[in-house]
Amino acid sequence: MPRDPLPSFGTPRAPDSDPERKPSVEALTNNLQVIFQGLALGSIYALVALGFVLIIRATNVVNFAQGDFAMLGGYAMVLFFSALGWPYALALVAALVVMAIFGVLFNYGVYYPLRHRSFLPVLISTLGASIFLQNTVLAVFGPQPRPLEKTLPVDGINVGGVFLDSQYLVILAVTLLLVLGTYLFFEKTLLGKKLQATSQDKDMARLLGIPVALMISITFIYSAVLGGIAGVLVGPILFVSIGMGSIIALKAFAATIIGGFGDVTGAIVGGLLLGVIESLAAYHISVPYKDAYAFLALFLFLLVRPQGIFGEKVSEKA
Amino acid sequence: MPPKISRPWLVALAIVAIALPLIPYRFEVSAYVVQMFMQAVTYAIAVLGLVVVLGYTGQINLAQAAFFGLGAYGVALGTVTGGWSFWLSLAAGAAVATGAGLALGLTTIRLGGHYLAMITISFQQILDLVLVNWIEVTRGPDGVAGIPRPSLAGFELADDRAYLVFCAAVLYVVVFAVWWLPHTRLGRAMRSVRENELAAEVVGVHTLRTKVVAFSLSALLGAIGGGLYAGGFAYISPDNFNFARSVEFLTAVLLGGAQSPFGGVIGTLLIVQMPEWLKHLPESLRFIKDVYLAVYGIGVILIMVFLPEGIWGLIKAARARLARPADTTDTSGVAPLDFDVPGAAGGPVLRVKALSKHFGGLKAVDGIDIEVARGSVHALIGPNGSGKTTSLNVVSGIYRPTAGQVMLGEEDVSLLRPHQRAGRGMGRTFQNIRLFSTLSALENVMVGAQRDRNPIGRGNRALRARAMSALAFVGLADRAHVIVRNLPYGHQRLVEIARVLAGHPRLLLLDEPAAGLNQTEKMEFVDLLRRLRGHGLTIFLIDHDMGLVEKVSDRITVLNFGRKIAEGSPQEVLRNPDVIAAYLGTAGKVN
Repeated sequence: MPRDPLPSFGTPRAPDSDPERKPSVEALTNNLQVIFQGLALGSIYALVALGFVLIIRATNVVNFAQGDFAMLGGYAMVLFFSALGWPYALALVAALVVMAIFGVLFNYGVYYPLRHRSFLPVLISTLGASIFLQNTVLAVFGPQPRPLEKTLPVDGINVGGVFLDSQYLVILAVTLLLVLGTYLFFEKTLLGKKLQATSQDKDMARLLGIPVALMISITFIYSAVLGGIAGVLVGPILFVSIGMGSIIALKAFAATIIGGFGDVTGAIVGGLLLGVIESLAAYHISVPYKDAYAFLALFLFLLVRPQGIFGEKVSEKA
Repeated sequence: MPPKISRPWLVALAIVAIALPLIPYRFEVSAYVVQMFMQAVTYAIAVLGLVVVLGYTGQINLAQAAFFGLGAYGVALGTVTGGWSFWLSLAAGAAVATGAGLALGLTTIRLGGHYLAMITISFQQILDLVLVNWIEVTRGPDGVAGIPRPSLAGFELADDRAYLVFCAAVLYVVVFAVWWLPHTRLGRAMRSVRENELAAEVVGVHTLRTKVVAFSLSALLGAIGGGLYAGGFAYISPDNFNFARSVEFLTAVLLGGAQSPFGGVIGTLLIVQMPEWLKHLPESLRFIKDVYLAVYGIGVILIMVFLPEGIWGLIKAARARLARPADTTDTSGVAPLDFDVPGAAGGPVLRVKALSKHFGGLKAVDGIDIEVARGSVHALIGPNGSGKTTSLNVVSGIYRPTAGQVMLGEEDVSLLRPHQRAGRGMGRTFQNIRLFSTLSALENVMVGAQRDRNPIGRGNRALRARAMSALAFVGLADRAHVIVRNLPYGHQRLVEIARVLAGHPRLLLLDEPAAGLNQTEKMEFVDLLRRLRGHGLTIFLIDHDMGLVEKVSDRITVLNFGRKIAEGSPQEVLRNPDVIAAYLGTAGKVN
C-alpha cells in the first residue's frame, strides 16, 4: 500500500537531567513539561473535534475526512509558503481560501447527493473521500513528509525549567481565540443563530425561510477552515504528511465521544484531556504505544460513561 | 425457505464453481495467477463476513483486516513458533478473533452507528501497533516466514493447485451458509435490525444480541480467511493487515453488493484484479496505477451515490425485470388465526401505577393510574402534548419510567427492555408505520411470530404458517410475498397489525392506528378492531379521531398536561366539562 505508517508525533522530549537538582523537583518540571505539550497537542485535537461537532450538528453525520482537512491545510501551506515562497501571512490567507472553497466542493461532492439517505452511506462516502484525498495528495507531493516553518520566528522561552516552545504557545493562543470566536459567532450573530436553527430542525428552519442548503455549505466551509488552521499550526511540530490527518481525526473523534457526542464544550475539553492523557502515558509508560492510549481512554469511557462528560442520555423517539 | 433458483441456473453455477479451481490441473497457468486467485478466495471469505455484519445487519465494521490479521497470525505463530498443527492454530486464531469481536461488540455495539465506526478503526490501529511493536511475540515489522500448509485426510495440500482447490471449497461452504442465513430466525432478526431497529426491538427481537452475534460471525469469517491466507502465502507481515486493507474489504463488499454473498465474491474478484488491469493501461494513463487507492476512494463515493446495492443489485434488478414473479400468493391451506394465550388468568391485563416520565424539567407524564380490563378496548385520548405517546412509550419499554410501575398481568415489567415485554405478550404498532421495508409482508410478520415464548413450534414451517394465518386475518394473505414498501399505505398498516398478531399478544397497544386512513379504510379498521375484540383480545389504543374512539372503546382515559383528568365510558367522558375544556380551550380551567 502506498501509505505512510501513521506518524507518532509530539513525543515528549525527555528534558536533560540536571544532576544538581533534586529528583522530586526534576520529576515535577518534567511532568509540567509533558502536560504543557499535551495541552498543545490537545488543542489541535480540540480544533479538529470542533469541526467534527459542527458538521455532526448540521448534518447528523460524522465526517471521516475531517482529519484530511488538516492534512490539506498543511499541504496548501507547504505549497504557497515553502514551494512558492509567498510571505507567511499571504500564504496563510491563500491556504484558508483554498480550504473554504474545498469545504463547498466537499459538501456538494460527498454529502449533498446522499443527504436524504441514512447515516451509513454518508459515513462511507466521507471515508471514500478521505482515501481519495490522501492518495491524490500522495500522487502530487510524494510520500516524503514536508517540513513547515514555525509561525513565529523564535524558538521559545524557558520558565522555571519548563521549555515553552513558541509553536506550542501559538497553538494554545489560536485555539483559545477560535473557540471564543466560535462561541460569539454562534451565540451573538444572526447567521450563527440561523446555523443553530438549521442544526436543530431542518424542516422548521426551512419553513422559517432559512436557506438550509446554504447554511450547511457554510458549516462545511467553517469546518474545513478550522481543519486547515489545525494543519497549518501542527505542521511545524510533526511535519506535513499524508497520514497526519487520519491519526488526528481519530483522536479528535475520540475526544468528541469522551466530551459528549455532538457537544461543543465537550469536544474542546475532551480534546485537551486526551492530549494530556496520552502525553503523560507516553512519558511514564511507553512511547511506541503512544497512539493506543487515546483509544484505551475511549474504551474506558464507553464502558463507564458512554454519553461522555457533558452528554445526556437520549433515547430514540417512537 | 430461501428463494428458489431455477434448476438450469443452479446446475450451471455448480459446474462453473467446481470447474474454476480445477483449471490449473488441466491447463498451464502461471504460479502468479494461481497465487492471485488464492488471494481473491481468502479475501472473499473475509468479505463475506462484511456481508453478514454490514449487508444483513446494517452495522459498520472498519476492522475486518484486523480480524483477518488475527486469523493469519494465529496460524503463523501457532505453526512456526508454537509448533502446533495447522488446524489447531487456525482454530486458535479464529477463537481469538471471535472473542475479540464479541468483546468489542458487547462493550460498544449498543451505541451503534458512528461509535461503532470509530471503535472498529481504533481496534484496527491498536492491533497494528501491537503487531509492529510487540516484537518478542509477533516478530515485529519483519513478519513471520515459513508458514506450513496442512494436510487433509491424508492429502498433502503443499501444492499451490491443491491448496487453491481446498480454499475454494471452504469459500463455497461459506457462500452457501451466508446465502442461507437471511431465511433463518437469526437472519430475519438481522435484517429487521437493519431496516428498523426500534421496531425490531419492540416486536421482540433481541437487537443487542443479534448485532453482537453478527459482529462476532463477521470476525470469525475474517479470521478463517486470514488463516487460509497465511497458509497460502507462507509469509505474513503487519502491513498485510492495516487500515488500508480494511478499506479494501469494505470497497469490495460495497462494489459487489453488500446484501448478497454473490455480490461479496464478485466485488472481491474485481478488487483483487483491478491492479492487474491497471498494469495494461496505455503509458499516458499509467499514473493511475500509482494512485489506485485514490480511484477506490472516488469509487466508494460513486457506488454510494449511484449504485447503493452494488453490482449484484443491478443483476438482481435485471433478473426481476426478466422474470416477473406472480404478485399473489397461494392461500390454500392457511389455518384460521387462533388467539389463545396459555396461562392467561382473570384480572386486569395492564395496570399502570403512579407512572411518571420526566424529561429534565418537563413532566410529560405525571403520576397516572390506568387499569385495562381483560378483553376490553381501552382508549387513551387527550390534546396534543398531553403525554399520550410518552405513556405508550413507557408502557412498551422504549422509555424507562421516572417513577411508578407497569404491570402486565401479575408481573412488574417496568424495568424490562421492549423485546422482553414482547416476549411476555405485549405487542404494539406505531403512529408512523415502522415496517421492515425491504422485507416481504410475510417476512415482516414472521419476525413478529418469532418472539420469545410464542406458543407455536420453533421451526420455520410453524413461523410461516402462523404468519400466513395472521395475514389472512387482516385480509392480505394473497399479498404475502410483496415487498412491503410496495404496498399501499392502508395495507402497510394492516401488515403492521398482522405482525403483532402473529406473536399471540395478551395486550395490543395501538398508537394512532387510524392516522392517515381514508373514510372507507377507517370503517374497515373499526370492523377489524371489533373482530379482534370479539376474539377476546385486550386492546389499549391512542387516537385523535373521536368518532372512531367512541365507536370502538369500552372505556376511555383522558390526559391533559401529563395528568389524568377523566375516565369512564365513552358517553360519560365525552360529556365531561373538563374534557371539553381541555379540547376546546373554553373557560373551564383544569387545576
